[in-house]
Order: sequence, then structure tokens, then C-alpha cells
Amino acid sequence: MSPDRTPEHPTTTGPAPGQATAPAHGRTATAERGQDVIHNIGYRGYEGPRLGRSYARRALFTQSLRGSYGLGRSAKSKVLPMLLFATICVPAAILVAVAALTKAKELQVGYAEYVLLMQPLLGIYLAAAAPQAISMDLRFKTTPLYFSRPMERSDYVAAKYAALSAALFLFTAVPVLIMYVGALLVKLDFSDQTKGAAQGIVFCALFALLHAAIAAWIAALTPRRGFGVAAIIVAITVPYFLVTALQGIALTSDNSSAIGWLGLGSPGTLLDGIQSRFLDGRSGFPDAQTLTGSQGAVYLAVFVALVACFYALLLRRYRKAGL
Amino acid sequence: MYHPTVARLTYRALLGRRRALILCALPALLLVVAAAVRAMNGADDAVTSQLLGGFALATLVPLIGVIAGTGAIGPEIDDGSVVYLLSKPVSRPSVIVTKLIVATGTTAVFSAVPVLVAGFILNGNSQQLAVAYALAAAAASIAYSALFLLLGTVSRHAVVIGLVYALIWEALIGSLVPGAKTLSVQQWALALAEKVAGSGADVNSAVALPTALVLIVVVTVGGTLFAGQKLRTLTLAGEE
Repeated sequence: MSPDRTPEHPTTTGPAPGQATAPAHGRTATAERGQDVIHNIGYRGYEGPRLGRSYARRALFTQSLRGSYGLGRSAKSKVLPMLLFATICVPAAILVAVAALTKAKELQVGYAEYVLLMQPLLGIYLAAAAPQAISMDLRFKTTPLYFSRPMERSDYVAAKYAALSAALFLFTAVPVLIMYVGALLVKLDFSDQTKGAAQGIVFCALFALLHAAIAAWIAALTPRRGFGVAAIIVAITVPYFLVTALQGIALTSDNSSAIGWLGLGSPGTLLDGIQSRFLDGRSGFPDAQTLTGSQGAVYLAVFVALVACFYALLLRRYRKAGL
Repeated sequence: MYHPTVARLTYRALLGRRRALILCALPALLLVVAAAVRAMNGADDAVTSQLLGGFALATLVPLIGVIAGTGAIGPEIDDGSVVYLLSKPVSRPSVIVTKLIVATGTTAVFSAVPVLVAGFILNGNSQQLAVAYALAAAAASIAYSALFLLLGTVSRHAVVIGLVYALIWEALIGSLVPGAKTLSVQQWALALAEKVAGSGADVNSAVALPTALVLIVVVTVGGTLFAGQKLRTLTLAGEE
């Protein structure tokens, strides 16, 4: 077939066929200076099985997921994710301990409510994980290497988004599971707790999907980690504080019907509204207001639209050849 | 102690490129919200206090402080170009003082001025609220600049640490946990606002005014001295 797979013909294209024995070349190189030759040194093509697109996608997914907890990276980069992970798990265990000591009928804080309370921590974790998974590929120009594989752009985006969502889901679901197992161990009502924990897990999934989409898109815009971290934290927290302040204003100015609509303005309050309306959670809105029926529908629609929109933006970001 | 060339370079680093976009976006957001609230609710002292205290002073000022404070020195240390500055016959403390002045000025312009304007939009400076909060923002921006400038010389992850401090400590713990309030720049600034604002306005700080002023001065001077010291023994780290 191709001539480069036939090492038994060490043909040289040089003009000196008489001296074509291998050891002679190195020593007589000075004599042949200026006469360029191309040697066949026996490179072979790969003809084994190729693992293909889906394997590459899965590999990128696991690698990114592990990377967002610092696994497979230096010891220094394990510190922050693991520290944050411990910080989010410990209060869950404390809640169980309190329930055991006070012999309460239920946990002090609901499952979804716990995740919402931990939002600052989640924000920091996400701001650390997303640029690491996405911006660094742009910074060190590894994206062209990925795209020179059978992997398509959409595969890259899907793998990175799925890995980030999964990382955030694990980050929130593990404390929820700790609370659930603890609640069963201290013999709280089984059916109540199971229902609550299931709703909590659903909430974790929703939380992860939305926040990962936002963070991934922001991280994909910049090759600089510091900038990505700052932008993600700002984008997640500033709207939240703004909306909370506006809701407070709406309450004091006797305009409390506006509270629900204002909640649409930030990811945190959007999810808060959804969990209090559909997942039996306690509302974090001022006056513990829950949504009306039409507001609930709008909240869900906005949630789906936001996830789809940020995912589409992310795909669009990787469409350009130059990156 | 003030070195005009260093100041000019710092200004250009701070206001150039995308950093300036964030610096402009945040005050613009405050003004838009202020206008919207005024249009919906009309002038109201309690609402003004809620928006300026709960959002502007708690979130906006620390964020701008982080961006300006760490941005004044962080990127230079990060990419190693600070060597060229340090190899010039300019004393290290005077570099820090100059950068502090520039950072404070930038923070004050981008936080105190919008707060003043927002206050006028919200209730036309009734009860002196606009002036009170603008003064508080200016005072806070001095302390924040010193704090975050120090952070920029100490750590390569200054932006992250600064944001975590600004949002978790100042906005969350500083507003919720009573004991932590004494150690929050936001409360020191509020003490100033409490003094200036009219008696009818509901502005409350957890610390008394003299304590607050002493603490602001201590943090600013201490932070600057320590940052100057740190810059004298700076080791340049390579890429991680």
C-alpha cells in the first residue's frame, strides 16, 4: 500500500545510492552536506480499532468532572474544591445532630432550602470549577487539539456542560443525601423524609443545570482564569442581592404582588420560587410568599428558556474557527 | 510620596480594556434600578435607605473596591512586569501610596458619585440621605482600596479572595451576624452615614462613630504599611 509502510526497502531519494547503508550516513554526513535526503525510517499507520466520537466525549466528560474536584491534578488544586465540599457537608451533619438531640419531628431546614442557604459556597465552587474546565483550554490553546480528533464542537460543548452540571449536582446532592440518611437514622418519618429528599434531589438537578449553563458560557468567553472567576461570581451574586433588595422594597411599599415577578430577575430567586411552588419547600422570599399559578408557569418557562438560551450561546461560542 | 508617572500607568491599567466595562456597568445598574424604583414607588425615605444601604453599600462598593484595589497591582505582579517598575529608583512604599491614591480615587468616583446621584433620583436628598450614603461610600472606598491593594501584593488569588470577602463577609455575614458587624467595613461606613443623615431617617450602624473612624484609619494605614513592606520583599512566582 503506502510506500512508508515497507521498511524492507530503505530507499533514499538522495543522489548517492551507492552509500545508502544506514551506519555510513551519520559518519559521512559532512561529505554529503548540501545533498538533502529523505530516509524511510519505517513509520507505520495505525490500523487497530478506533474508539470514536462517543468514547472521546465520555473521556472528556470524566476528565472534566474529575478535574473540577481536583482529582488528577496537583495537590494544590485539590485544596479549594475539597475544602468547599467539606464546608457544605458539615452543616448538613450538624442539622441531623441537632434533630437527634432535640428529638424533633423534622429537620430544622428543608432539603431544597439547605441548598439555597448554601448558595454563596456554591457560587464560589462554580466560579473556581468553570474557568478551570473551560477557560484553561482556551488559554493553553488545547481546543484545536480536541477538535482535530473525531470529536465535534457540539460534543465538546455537551461534554463540558454535562461535566460541570454533574460536578455541581454532586456538590449539592451529597449533603442532601447526608441529611436524608441522617434523618432516617434518627428515625424521622420515613415517607415524609423520602418525599422531601426526592424533591431535594430534583431541586439539586435544576440548580445544577441552570448555574452550570450560565457559568460555562461566561467561562467560555475569556481565556483568563481570574477574569472568569470574577465575572461568574458577579453574574450570580449581584442580581441575587439586587432582586432581594427590590423584593424588600416591594414589601415595605405595600406592593407585595410584585415580589413574585421580581423573583424572575436572578437565578437564585428563580429557583427559590420554583422550589416553593412545585417542590413543597419553604419560600425564601420576603413574607415567605409563594407563587401564584400563572407565576409558577412563567417561572418554569423562564427556567427552560434560560438553560436553552445559555446552551445555545455556548454552542455559538465554539462555532467560530479562530476561537 | 506621590509619583505622577506611577499614577498615570496605574490609571491606564485600571481604566483600560474590559475592567472599565465592569466598573461602568455596576454604577449604571444602580442608576437604572434607582430610576425604576422612583418611577414605580415615588420618593420614599425607607426605600431609599433600603436600596442604598442594602444593595449599593453592601454589594456595589465592595465589588468596585475589589476590582479597583486588586486591579491596581495584581495584574502587574501576575505577569511579572512589576519588575520593571520595582527596578526604577522609586521607593516601594511610595509606589504603594501612589497606587492606593489611584485605587481610592477610582473606587470613590465609580461608587460614591453614582450613590449620590442615585440618592437624588430616589428621594431628592431628603433627610440628607443621598449625601450621607455617598460619604459612607467614599469612606468605605478608602478602607477597601487599602485592604484589597494589600491582598493584591500578598496573594496571586487576590481577586477570588477579595470577592469572597466582599460578598460573603460584607454582604452576608456583615448584614446578618451581629458580632461580625463590628469587623465589617460596611458598618464603619454606615456609622458615618448615621451621623450625617437626618434624625428621621432609619440608618443604623452597629458601631459608634469614633470607633468606626479609628478602625477605618487603622485598616487603611496598617494595610498600606504592610503592603509597602510586602512589596520590598516581593518574590515573583512563575506560572502555576
